[in-house]
Amino acid sequence: MLTDKAGKGVQYDAPRPGQSAHNPLRTGGNLLQLVSPEGERISHPEFDLWIKDIGDEQLGSLLEDMTVIRRIDTEATALQRQGELALWPPLLGQEAAQIGSSRSLRDDDFVFPSYRESGVAYIRGAHVSEIAQVWRGNALYSWDPKRINMATPQIIIGSQSLHATGYAMGVQLDGASTAVLAYFGDGATSEGDVSEAMVFAASYQAPVVFFCQNNHWAISEPVRVQSHVQLADRPTGFGIPSLRVDGNDVLAVMAATRWALDRARSGGGPTFIEAVTYRMGPHTTADDPTRYRDPNELEDWAAKDPILRLRRLLDAKGLLTEDLESRVKAKADAVAAELRTSCVNMPDPQPLDVFNHVYSTPNSWIERQKDQYSRYLNSFNQPVEEGAL
Amino acid sequence: MSKLTFARAINAGLRKSLENDPKVILMGEDIGSLGGVFRVTDGLQKDFGKHRVIDTPLAESGIIGTAVGLAYRGYRPVCEIQFDGFIYPAFDQIVSQVAKMHYRTQGRVKMPITIRVPFGGGIGSPEHHSESPEAYFTHTSGLRVVAVSNPQDAYTMIQQAIASDDPVLYFEPKRRYHDKGDVDESMDLSKAMPLDKAAVVNAGSDVTLVAYGPLVKTAKDAAQAAADEGVSVEVIDLRSLAPVDYPVVEASVRKTGRLVITHEAGQSGGLGAEIAASITERCFNYLESAPVRITGFDVPYPYSKLEMHHLPDLDRILDGVDRTLGRPNSLSGLEG
Ligand SMILES: Cc1ncc(C[n+]2csc(CCOP(=O)(O)OP(=O)(O)O)c2C)c(N)n1
Repeated sequence: MLTDKAGKGVQYDAPRPGQSAHNPLRTGGNLLQLVSPEGERISHPEFDLWIKDIGDEQLGSLLEDMTVIRRIDTEATALQRQGELALWPPLLGQEAAQIGSSRSLRDDDFVFPSYRESGVAYIRGAHVSEIAQVWRGNALYSWDPKRINMATPQIIIGSQSLHATGYAMGVQLDGASTAVLAYFGDGATSEGDVSEAMVFAASYQAPVVFFCQNNHWAISEPVRVQSHVQLADRPTGFGIPSLRVDGNDVLAVMAATRWALDRARSGGGPTFIEAVTYRMGPHTTADDPTRYRDPNELEDWAAKDPILRLRRLLDAKGLLTEDLESRVKAKADAVAAELRTSCVNMPDPQPLDVFNHVYSTPNSWIERQKDQYSRYLNSFNQPVEEGAL
Repeated sequence: MSKLTFARAINAGLRKSLENDPKVILMGEDIGSLGGVFRVTDGLQKDFGKHRVIDTPLAESGIIGTAVGLAYRGYRPVCEIQFDGFIYPAFDQIVSQVAKMHYRTQGRVKMPITIRVPFGGGIGSPEHHSESPEAYFTHTSGLRVVAVSNPQDAYTMIQQAIASDDPVLYFEPKRRYHDKGDVDESMDLSKAMPLDKAAVVNAGSDVTLVAYGPLVKTAKDAAQAAADEGVSVEVIDLRSLAPVDYPVVEASVRKTGRLVITHEAGQSGGLGAEIAASITERCFNYLESAPVRITGFDVPYPYSKLEMHHLPDLDRILDGVDRTLGRPNSLSGLEG
């Protein structure tokens, strides 16, 4: 059994269902759902096989992870409001999409995120202070990509889809069995980079999974501005199979992602997953959704809240025990407290840090500028000579 | 005269252009119901409709590339690039297509496209939100590049840019969006200062200080501080970065004999280098000292906790002024 970063001992390489030569792909825009918004388990002949190892214990730990990342999100939003973070991109409402997909990864898989995947980073093993530092303005990177096999947040929309594809081509050249997961949003599908990534991935049958969180909005623009067809229809034109899953259903996301990652690992080539979800908060803490969004839409989606759904499933199974509740709460409280403390106590960078790491070898232009700026800073401490002016 | 913020002044200029010419259309990400992330296009879609103020898909190459086609068809597109750092996906369309179409067709096809770019730092943003990419574009023939520094210019120059048959990159200093200033909305455009003219915004006799965009205000503050110490600094607001209005800079340097140029962009290969070289060529015999550049460093725009070190400020500019005057400064005693 393989373990994930969070040490959860999920059995990822469950025997591949016999039907997997057959494409269990979307037809007619069907949304893969394994749990209804009311919390009922919906059985599916194919995808059930991919989550058959998810027992009571695992369901509880999924609830824990989703609750923890919601708390990270709430705490970070509060820290931004208090001036401790310069900006924060909330993930509220996207917990199932992020946890279901990231909990499907193996340690050696590599992730290329956008800027919103803080929940994924947490699962990969990033410390909350590492997640926070980039939004505090203390660094340009967040975690060490090589340590947690996850690239640092990408702000240029869609760029990372190409990086993921290239990484996957490298995996292929190495003959390794690693899979690569690229996250991006619905808006990103309009960028040339994402189309080019799909061209490359299809041409070389690269082991990459494109995981599109369709949260319905690209800042103020609804998804219909980006696409006339369902997003999952687009990759098929590039020769890439796609799946459309209920992104608020953690089990469906997990089953779909495991299926696609397994396809990638076993030489099946790229897959595109459209996880249909909803961004319940603002785009970032600098955004005001009341200018463009109908409050009724938010209400509709709040009823499909991914955490609520899992709780209902657990409740129906008699698993929502006091014990589980208090364990989850204690963990969320602890992580939130850790985020706050580490954020507030983060040391400021030093002025001359501005010149570091531009190149990996000395560069005379920068050395000179660094030297001159250091003299400039020192000049403030020196008493002006008598009569010099 | 009305008191308007920078953002409102551009908004008013865009509104005028939309009213005056049915061929003017606005396009960009989030410019409709949101009014742009800086609210510069606030209310325009409501008043002019979705066919004149177009929320585009999230695709910069798409925005500029389709603008090329629209211009071919006789429209005057005004494209918003949401932040400076997001212009690069459109770079190919701008430098290979927009800039060259007129030359390629020997004047038969014009590209009256205006590309609005909020630029520069100082607002505590994450990566890619504080860049100063102007030199990439001033290096490309066929483009006009302007940077505005006050609400009045913002109002008139946006209209002049839109009316220009040449493509114009219109850089807006985003950290000044909320600064207020007098704007004469009744100003006759034909009487306004031409788009490619530099302006002397503070008269002086000891040192010429050239700035543009966000640093014009800093430069004027520096001139004030220098005046308090008895040094008279002439501040020039370049306004047009391509072409640069050299006669105005030249006349000033002939008078002062000293030149300081400041910009937020990195130093190497920047506009300051170009101006220092050109002025040295034109006024060598009038110069009392070597031109000095006070610029951002040759580093990627740093994270926000360090941006105040990267950005030229009043003290760094004054240190540069001292250098041209041979007064004690941070580099005193160093050779070269
Ligand atoms: C190349 C580029 N253009 C524009 C932006 C500004 N921007 C940041 S996020 C965003 C919307 C992204 O929407 P989507 O891809 O759906 O992802 P979401 O934020 O909804 O997760 C825009 C336009 C950017 N970061 N990069």
